[in-house]
Amino acid sequence: MKGLADSALLAGVAVGSVLGASALVQASWPRRSPAAAILLWQALGLAAGLAAVGTLVGLGVPGGGAGVARAVLRIGTTVRTGAVFRIPAASGGAGAVTAIVAALRLACLAAGLALLASLCWVLVAASTAALQARRRQRALLSLLARGDPKVPGALVVDYPTAAAYCLPGLRSRIVVSVGTLELLRPAELAAVLAHERAHLRERHDLVLLPFTALRRAFPRSATCAEAHRAVALLVEMLADDRALRARPARELASALVRFGTAGACRAPAGALAVGEGEVAARVARLLQPVRPLPALAVAGICLGAALLVAAPVTLLVI
Amino acid sequence: MDVLWESDAALTVREVSTRLTERNLAHTTVMTVLDRLAKKGFARRQRDGRAWRYCPAATRETYVAELMLTALDQTGDRTAALTRFAQSVSGVEADVLREALDVIEGDDVGHEGTG
Repeated sequence: MKGLADSALLAGVAVGSVLGASALVQASWPRRSPAAAILLWQALGLAAGLAAVGTLVGLGVPGGGAGVARAVLRIGTTVRTGAVFRIPAASGGAGAVTAIVAALRLACLAAGLALLASLCWVLVAASTAALQARRRQRALLSLLARGDPKVPGALVVDYPTAAAYCLPGLRSRIVVSVGTLELLRPAELAAVLAHERAHLRERHDLVLLPFTALRRAFPRSATCAEAHRAVALLVEMLADDRALRARPARELASALVRFGTAGACRAPAGALAVGEGEVAARVARLLQPVRPLPALAVAGICLGAALLVAAPVTLLVI
Repeated sequence: MDVLWESDAALTVREVSTRLTERNLAHTTVMTVLDRLAKKGFARRQRDGRAWRYCPAATRETYVAELMLTALDQTGDRTAALTRFAQSVSGVEADVLREALDVIEGDDVGHEGTG
């Protein structure tokens, strides 16, 4: 019966992670310590994935007593003999029940392995798609972009709308449009560059990638969409915080406001509805700085994140 | 590539070389670059006797639009996973932000006045 108990616990972890994610979307503390909140998001995602796969596989492997992982290994050796999922030939009620249980187990195991494979696959697919898109961007930039003394270290593209972004990777690039150069004052421009450099330095694209992959994998899931949006906003807030080490908050805030409102009259309606309220939240955070969480609370969050990942791993291995 | 965009007709390697007067490039260098552009799909080429003639596959504006639309995420897919500075805001939020900007700039004036 230990196998079933393990599966129940793993299912509890999976459900708890999803509920925790919903609670985290509503919480207000993440904007006080974006880094800790991002860590917790990563732990929630990892725990939910491991626990969901573990639950299904745990239900699928017969027996129990040992951990799910070990049980799976054991199957590898016994499945060839056909002993594991042998459908009993005996007729009668007991035989039929055993057959149904065996079939259900097989279905659970298949579903668990399929889930594991698809989770790995979407991550690989999202990474490949991102790499390809960046390669195309780099090729286009090499044809179109030029340097400008106003923005040292960045590439300038002739485009009238304000745009500034970074292209992560080993040969990373910061790109700004001519519209941006016209829109912002030099001090604001410097704040934007500091923000983008923080993204590149800390590889925020890698933080965001698994959440982008999840969102693409489950396009109908509100939780996945909310998780992606929340982490994207936290990553921006983190880069804002890093930029504040070099530039005053007012420059960054006014750059954000100019940026956000400049596009409003020109961007096609509805195309950018996703970011509703996010720029305002960042501006508010810059103008009325929130106190970072106390160190003890951050330590608690880190510990919680570690336990969250440790729980399904322990159940799977031991 | 700029030479190709500025020209109306398709150009041979030698014609491109002569137009790149400010940079003294070897004929073979220009040939290699044009060959690479053609392989990447940025330039199209056709036979003209023994030489190739090159012309741009699309206008400069087309490529700029592609670059920026992917970057601004207006194509609807989030494949590039680019992190950009700020999204555009609309309606009420824009008004609120404009007021915030007035407050920021009001502070600026205040500081300049006292300082």
